[in-house]
Amino acid sequence: MEIAVTENSGVTILTPMNERLDAHNSDTMKGAMKESFEAGAKNVLVDLSHVRFIDSSGLGALVSGFKNSVSHRGRLTLSGLQEQVRSMFELTRLHRVFEIHEGLQDALASFSEGDVHG
Amino acid sequence: MGRNTIELDIKVPNQTRYLSLIGRIGDALARELEEEGGGREVLADQLNVVLTEAMSNAILHAHDDDPDKTVHISLSISDHELCIRVFDQGRGFDLDAVGEPDDEGSEEHGRGLFIIRCMMDVVTYRRSKGFNVLEMWKKLR
Repeated sequence: MEIAVTENSGVTILTPMNERLDAHNSDTMKGAMKESFEAGAKNVLVDLSHVRFIDSSGLGALVSGFKNSVSHRGRLTLSGLQEQVRSMFELTRLHRVFEIHEGLQDALASFSEGDVHG
Repeated sequence: MGRNTIELDIKVPNQTRYLSLIGRIGDALARELEEEGGGREVLADQLNVVLTEAMSNAILHAHDDDPDKTVHISLSISDHELCIRVFDQGRGFDLDAVGEPDDEGSEEHGRGLFIIRCMMDVVTYRRSKGFNVLEMWKKLR
C-alpha cells in the first residue's frame, strides 16, 4: 500500500492512498505510524480521506498507532473519515478513543492551537 | 432454488490479497437487490465487511496464513434472506467465548467476530464433514 508522508508545521501527515484499509495492508499502515514516532515525530495526523473501506485489522492498526503515540508521549489524530469508516469507528466505540476531525485543515488547526507537542 | 435466488460458490487461495475481491462481490450482490427493496447502500457495506472479516479470520487464524491452502465461501440470497458460509480446515474456536471489545479500545485484535455479529442476525460456527463452517444469516427487509 502506498502511504504519502508529508510535513506541515511540525505535524507528520500520513495519507494511505488505497481505498481499502484491511488485513491485506494494515501492517504497512501500522509500520508507518510506528516509524514516525520512533523517528521522533510527536504530532502525527492520519488523513483517511482516500479510505472508503476499513475492517477490524485496519482499526487494529490505528489502535496500534494510538498506543505508539502514548508510549512516545506524542499525539495521533485522524481526519477525513468517510461514511463506512465512521460507522465502523462508532460500531466498535473507537470514536471515543481517537481524536477525530472532519477535514485535514481542522486537524492541522487543532495542532496549532497552542498544544503542539515537542 | 427459487426464482429470485442467487447462489455463488467461490474458492480462492488462502491469501489476504483476495479480501478485496470477495468483499466487492458481496457489495455487488447487495446492489443487485436494489430493484427489490431500494436503499441497499448499507447492506452493500455490511456484506463487504462481513465477507472481509470472515475470510480474513479463516486465512490468518484458521489457516495460519498458509498461501497454499484454499478458502471456500458460499453465498445464497433469496428475496427474504441471505446466508454466507465460510469453510475452514483449522483447529476451530469457541464462538461463545468471543466477547465484546473493551471500552478503552486498547486491544489491537478481537473485533472481527463482534462486527460480524452486529451486522448479521444469526451466526454459528460448527464442524461439518471435515470442515469448520462459519454460517451467517440475515433477513432482508
